[in-house]
Amino acid sequence: MRRLSGLALTFALALAAQSPKYGVGRPPGDSDIRSLGIIVAPDGTGLPEGSGTAVEGREVFAAQCAKCHGEKGEGGVGPALVGGQGTLATPKPRKTVGSFWPHATTVWDYVNRAMPFNQPGVLSHPQVYAVVAYVLYLNGIVEERQALNAKSLPKVRMPNRDGFVADPRPDVKRSPGGLTPPPR
Amino acid sequence: MKKTNRRQVLKLGAALGGGLAVRARAEEPAKLGKPLSGYGERSPFVKSTRFTRQSKTPEAGSSSTPLADTYGILTPSSLHYERHHAGVPNIDPARHRLTIHGLVERPLVLAMDEIRRLPSVSRIHFLECGGNSGAEWAERTAPDVQRSYGLASCSEWTGVPLSLLLAEVGVKPGASWIIAEGADACRMQRSVPMLKALDDALLAYGQNGEPLRPEQGFPLRLLVPGWEGNTQVKWLQRLHVTHQPHLTRDETSKYSDLMPDGKARIFTLVLEAKSVVTFPSGGQRLPSPGLYELTGLAWSGRGRVERVEATLDGGRTWQDAQLQEPRLPMAFTRFRLPWRWDGREAVIASRATDESGYVQPAREELIAVRGRNSGYHFNGIKRWKVSVDGSVANAEA
Repeated sequence: MRRLSGLALTFALALAAQSPKYGVGRPPGDSDIRSLGIIVAPDGTGLPEGSGTAVEGREVFAAQCAKCHGEKGEGGVGPALVGGQGTLATPKPRKTVGSFWPHATTVWDYVNRAMPFNQPGVLSHPQVYAVVAYVLYLNGIVEERQALNAKSLPKVRMPNRDGFVADPRPDVKRSPGGLTPPPR
Repeated sequence: MKKTNRRQVLKLGAALGGGLAVRARAEEPAKLGKPLSGYGERSPFVKSTRFTRQSKTPEAGSSSTPLADTYGILTPSSLHYERHHAGVPNIDPARHRLTIHGLVERPLVLAMDEIRRLPSVSRIHFLECGGNSGAEWAERTAPDVQRSYGLASCSEWTGVPLSLLLAEVGVKPGASWIIAEGADACRMQRSVPMLKALDDALLAYGQNGEPLRPEQGFPLRLLVPGWEGNTQVKWLQRLHVTHQPHLTRDETSKYSDLMPDGKARIFTLVLEAKSVVTFPSGGQRLPSPGLYELTGLAWSGRGRVERVEATLDGGRTWQDAQLQEPRLPMAFTRFRLPWRWDGREAVIASRATDESGYVQPAREELIAVRGRNSGYHFNGIKRWKVSVDGSVANAEA
């Protein structure tokens, strides 16, 4: 990825800020944006009203999620959602919501837009809060009766919050032989 | 051409026992071929198809291009690899809209016919899934080109430069990312840095002379040349301009590279130089010693392929392969090398260098730095072994 150099970006934006040239399209109304669906940023921007707890989420999970992800989120047709903490640096890492996902907001956004797999969008917003609370509860991240909502969800600290680093490539240098590691 | 055909017929007749085939031809009148047709089909003798992995959720899987069965650099649209997360939506282009909103002066809703009125460009670019060749990280690697390298394809794409539409909407100061979202059931989304969006990204509606195939995002997809396929959001319905990446599911829990220390690299977007010999390659058989054309494909997300070297002796010596011109940036490049097989065991591989000077590393070098669990973005050298009986197999352990 190219570095977002400040000067280059300012220059690019100056170009982008010209007046309209082609006059195509129309401005969207509020209903246009709303009909596209919710889009959530990691700081919580975009999260809707509503609230849910793991206690409420248990029922939603059993009805909508357990078929693929297992009764306790242990996995099945779908990936495991629970466990794996402490395995990322081992030969057999288990990447789950609990062990790998860095932001709770991402879990909410993904469940809301893409789950359940065969019927995305079927859950109400409070149901999404509740089922996310249940998955986080199964991972020992929130309390059973802790209410998750637009305010509290972005404050949830995921175990692997600091587990991601920037792209350092190119990171593998050529050795003279090409197919074998260079001689020491 | 005619002369050759006649000579071949005579040869065939001689082989069948002198004159027999020629006489039969003279006694039976010729049959007419098939009539004209509205949409062409390939010869019934050509059977090559995409390889589809078995899945309990076939709407969320991938299918691989039979690269070893293709010529030149273009992939037939019908054989372009697929990777879907919630199936292929059936979209009526007359009803499809692209909405651009967020940190812009003039948000817009655009219909397809409005997008097609804008100045367009056509460019040839490869597309490669970030997970292509993922099997090569493991102890046991895949047996052939299709299963290990087939999540890559190359097409001519036609569409509107994204920079043009970003100028039209007027990007506000502070806008540094674009969240691109599809109209598939899961509303697949990825965050794309503004600088790349302004540089060379396209809103593509054409592929190889036709409208996009549904599997490739009909009627509109994002094209981000040289970057991992997942960023090139299909069935594009929204561009949300903002000041931060959204750290979506597919850019955190997926398509990030887990390192041996347990940290994962995020936004590993550019695809580094890579090549693979497609003939001879795993699963093929050389009928006898003699002259063959070694060939394969090379590509790089950092620009043009400058050089491809081939080895016939397991890496002891390398020689330059011929590169088919034109060599285009972030496109497949076909390489070829005439090769006389002496009938002895041979270990064959190719190594690409791109215009940045980056040289494709050995598989062992890649694993030494990144371990075996990174899953994505494998671009190491691939070896094939030709045995004395002419069979060709995967030479990796």
